[in-house]
Amino acid sequence: MKAPAPHDVAAWWPHTRSPAPPVPAPPAAPPLAADEIDRHRVRLVALDRHTGAAALHAFAALPRLLTAGDLVVVNDAATLPASLPGQTEAGEIFELRLSAPVEGERLVGVLFGAGDWRTRTEDRPPPPRVLAGQRVTVGPLAATVAAARGRQVELDVDVGVGVDAGGAGGRDPAARRDALWQALYASAAPVQYAHRRDPLALWAVQTAYAARPWAVEMPSAGRPLTWEILLELRRRGIGVAALTHAAGLASTGDAALDAALPWPERYEVPERTAAAVAAARAAGRRVIAVGTTVVRALEASGGRAGAGVASLVLGPATRPRVADGLVTGLHVPGESHYELLRAFAPEAQLERVLGCARAAGLSGHELGDACLIY
Amino acid sequence: MNIQGRSALITGASRGLGRALAEALAKQGARLALVARHAGPLQDTAASIRAQGGVAHTIVADLGDKDAVHRIAGQAQGHIGDIDLVIHNASTLGPTPLRLLLDTECEDLAAVLETNLVGPFRLTKVLAGAMALRGAGVVVHISSDAAVEAYPRWGAYSISKAAQDHLSRVLAAELEGTGVRVLSVDPGEMDTVMHAEAIPDADRTQLARPAAIAARIVQMIADPARAAHGARLVAPRWELAS
Repeated sequence: MKAPAPHDVAAWWPHTRSPAPPVPAPPAAPPLAADEIDRHRVRLVALDRHTGAAALHAFAALPRLLTAGDLVVVNDAATLPASLPGQTEAGEIFELRLSAPVEGERLVGVLFGAGDWRTRTEDRPPPPRVLAGQRVTVGPLAATVAAARGRQVELDVDVGVGVDAGGAGGRDPAARRDALWQALYASAAPVQYAHRRDPLALWAVQTAYAARPWAVEMPSAGRPLTWEILLELRRRGIGVAALTHAAGLASTGDAALDAALPWPERYEVPERTAAAVAAARAAGRRVIAVGTTVVRALEASGGRAGAGVASLVLGPATRPRVADGLVTGLHVPGESHYELLRAFAPEAQLERVLGCARAAGLSGHELGDACLIY
Repeated sequence: MNIQGRSALITGASRGLGRALAEALAKQGARLALVARHAGPLQDTAASIRAQGGVAHTIVADLGDKDAVHRIAGQAQGHIGDIDLVIHNASTLGPTPLRLLLDTECEDLAAVLETNLVGPFRLTKVLAGAMALRGAGVVVHISSDAAVEAYPRWGAYSISKAAQDHLSRVLAAELEGTGVRVLSVDPGEMDTVMHAEAIPDADRTQLARPAAIAARIVQMIADPARAAHGARLVAPRWELAS
């Protein structure tokens, strides 16, 4: 599949998809703990798909659980500071959350009403209504609304117009681009979690191997992959390869929009990663995806090299063709990520994972403990 | 390593050796992300490279600021994609005229270490992971004769450069076998603003041109056989390949 041209963001809009199936009933079982865990202290529930046994380990045990020749595939997208304060010409306040990578001078995202991360997204007031052609400011940048569909907007930034964005701008497109990125990183913050007392810093939402800033929320399954573990995998002959997947928003605070998540997301699989996937499969070894974004990119690409847009949504009815296993956070029934886990293991086995996690007091937070299905 | 088409991040790129390295790499077809504290001279450097057909982007940031590191890495990779080469060139002497170490304020020593030692550490920590997964990359630390010799009045700078040399060695040990090559390069004495600040009465005719030294460093980067992983090289003693 070909990546959309920079202006063709329509390909990423959820309205192009049919409505998602109804979200399953909320869990009867108690939720997991929800504290953030130091990335060096993450624990791991490992589910053996073939025996159905679930066992508790330190995350650092991952290299011992895999076998030489297996391949671990990670998402190397760095996390953007994707939350920008904004204002309409009438002075109405909003928050813009980017929902896709920055392309040229265009920002694509979702508007939230006044307030900050301390308020749960569901409880925020609706944002001001904006229309195509209207002028707004986001951070220090002046912008024109290029398209608006309800709360989803595309903004064309006018770098250097009206607002000082670092002294550059003008006619040179490269200088304008420099000014846009400078202003973005100076004024935007990572997307925050409602229960935090302090805002999350940009460094707290990066993996050890973060590269191009394509993710608007952290590909967090890779957060506990420290250098120690990455080097130990290598020492044991277990491959580690990267692809880049533009991880999107986990929630918009809007039930109709949320029902269509995850939206189509861009990905790129490099030649060397495709070759490593092919080699592991040819040798009968396992391909372990770190994070649901990697599963999406691997399944959408078939493991082949190239750029594309992943629009598939994995669930109990789908069987992954490329990924044999998955490292992810802990998810309970009712979360969309839980549905994706059902593509890898039956519910009875997933219940065993959750039982193990509950008994050990593991955290189901985005920046919490982890689970390996292999 | 073939320079053509490679993505390089250079700190302290608005003047002196940093600017000369940017120009030399651009001439060989590298795509550049240039970092400096002051927008004006940095944008001049980038504009001049672009005017000659090169690819250069600017990032205004202070290496001594912890929060700047992900902003630098994010902007750089947003502009030029995966980073193949990082050159830690930015550094500060601390207060000038240079003082005896025993007259140096504690805060001044800490600030010099923050920029010259901790800054490169932070940036490598953020960039080297992706390099290691790709199995390729080069990290260059610009060192100094003062990292080896103990001169009175060069204390803060000297200590930071000695520590940076060891940072380079430890990184080299940890990255052994990953395909990421780590170098430390003493450029020798050059006719730069920094040199004039340190030794105002130096005979400038005796000093090397930054462009001449930059040409040698670019050769080192391109030549893993002669500039091997973990090496500390002295640019004036580098034999130029014809």
